[in-house]
Amino acid sequence: MPALIECRDLVKTYTMGDQVVHALNGVSLDIEAGEYVAIMGTSGSGKSTLMNLLGALDQPSSGELRIAGENVRALGPDAVSRFRNRTIGFVFQQFNLLPRTSAVENAGLPLIYSGLPHGERVARAMKRLQQVGLGDRTDHHPAQLSGGQQQRVAIARALVNDPKILLADEPTGALDTKTSEDIMAIFDQLNREGITVILVTHEQEVADHARRQIVFRDGVIVEDRS
Amino acid sequence: MNAFASLRVALTALRINALRSALAMLGVIIGVASVIVLVSISEGTKQAVEAQIASFGANLLIIRPGSSTFGGRRGGAGSADPLTDGDVLAIREEVAGLSGVSGEVSASTTLVFGGINWTSRIQGVNPDYFTARGWIIDEGRAFSGAEDIAGRRYVLVGQTIIEELFDGANPIGQSIRIGAQPFEVIGTLAAKGESSWGQDQDDVVFAPLSTVRQRFGAGMSVTVRDAVSTIYADIAPGESTSRVIADIEDLLRIRRDIQPGAEDDFAVGSLAEFIRARNETESQLGLLLAVGAGIVLLVGGIGIMNIMLVSVTERTREIGLRLAVGARRADVRNQFLIESIVLCVIGGLAGLVVGVGGTLIYAEVGQLEIAIDPVIVAIAIGASAFVGVFFGLYPAHRASRLNPIDALRFE
Repeated sequence: MPALIECRDLVKTYTMGDQVVHALNGVSLDIEAGEYVAIMGTSGSGKSTLMNLLGALDQPSSGELRIAGENVRALGPDAVSRFRNRTIGFVFQQFNLLPRTSAVENAGLPLIYSGLPHGERVARAMKRLQQVGLGDRTDHHPAQLSGGQQQRVAIARALVNDPKILLADEPTGALDTKTSEDIMAIFDQLNREGITVILVTHEQEVADHARRQIVFRDGVIVEDRS
Repeated sequence: MNAFASLRVALTALRINALRSALAMLGVIIGVASVIVLVSISEGTKQAVEAQIASFGANLLIIRPGSSTFGGRRGGAGSADPLTDGDVLAIREEVAGLSGVSGEVSASTTLVFGGINWTSRIQGVNPDYFTARGWIIDEGRAFSGAEDIAGRRYVLVGQTIIEELFDGANPIGQSIRIGAQPFEVIGTLAAKGESSWGQDQDDVVFAPLSTVRQRFGAGMSVTVRDAVSTIYADIAPGESTSRVIADIEDLLRIRRDIQPGAEDDFAVGSLAEFIRARNETESQLGLLLAVGAGIVLLVGGIGIMNIMLVSVTERTREIGLRLAVGARRADVRNQFLIESIVLCVIGGLAGLVVGVGGTLIYAEVGQLEIAIDPVIVAIAIGASAFVGVFFGLYPAHRASRLNPIDALRFE
């Protein structure tokens, strides 16, 4: 059985002015279903670029990328949207919740684009909010929630479509230490329940939650330890 | 994502920014309201003018004697030889394309019925007069040509006479005294109301022309025994007004022995054209105002575009997020397009309410004619929806072209 994520010689280059920047310079990597992976590295190491590729938000310049059996490079724009919608849950450092919109509407947002009717969106979002411990805050707007609670709403949103992969980009970057631990506990629990979790972080304490750590420097993997 | 879900998303976004949405709508509200007000007023004026023309007789020509010239001195309007029964007959017989010709004479007189009297003018006319001047026989009948020639003492009376003399009772068959003569009322005329210059058009008494001439001496002078003050000619539908006028002028020049090159000593006028010409400037002003209102709507549309562009920029991260969680570019484009259309249509509906309300207030306060045309209302709403699409398309397209990675990072 092939791995959930297969990367072969991934290269990503950007042109900045007349300079060609190699953000990724030949990355090969397999991630199996159910893994808990931390991708580490300093700013500019290529970890965010890889994250964008793994989330199908961007296309590699060359190389091969298969996620859940899909050749991502072969997908057209609408197919990529549908693929993201069904396969990947995103958690961002800045939460990215819609302002003046209730927690349940925020958590159910991806389901709008799955074409689900309103009633079912609400039901599924409620279930996920309960799962992250916000069952009593479903009508609250982001401004009425603490940072940790906002990130929980964001996690509920990432989970609402039953994704195969949870991609978290510095999920605790905007939170204090105590709240960070609570959020990380949620990821730990989700992974125990079988979801593949990929964290992008530069914090060792966060990365220590993962069972596998991949370190990037200058666009290549310099360390991959389990 | 279906249209209903898109609409819901758009409405939510508009509600979240309620104040900004309302301000963005303002231009469209003012634009639509002013289109409706101005078009309604200008339509109302036009209809009032047409009603006025109809009350005179829509295709009426008025022929009057003009200025005499004697030894180089011009005598002024009406100083030329009067027109006569002979002229009436000649025009009726020789000019093609007329559906009726009537002479008119009149005399001031006092009407008496029972113990009541009322002073008015009695007008002597030929039977064609009633259709030519757009009079409708309400009850009874008009007199015939034979009764006209025979000089029968029949009268038709207007609504004011019925009110003043008969206290509103049916006067048909009643005998009234006019001057020293008894006359029988054979018909009543439907109301015409006030003319545009405030004259009561229903204070009228009509009798056969020859009767008025014989009994009251109207149109009789020492030299001319069969004069008429005015000849009315009704042009048949579809006939060329200018051709008929030319024919009448040619005929009268011969009959009045006017040498080639000399000026006419009579005038053939078309009242309808006079009124139309007088109101031409007014309706052009109305058109100009409607164009102005259209420009307001255009400016409103630019306002919408501006707000939508601000909204797209401000919500860049939201757009990035939506794209990341599975929105297709078309979904994002539709969302912003629908927001823009909803803004404009709500603005249009509000403008409709303001416009219709404003028009009704204007009509009430200004005592002026208005006509709210449902077609114009539909056009105004349609135009605001079009403005929404037209000015929303570019911001919506811009939103849909955003790169999700950059959009999510946008500060």
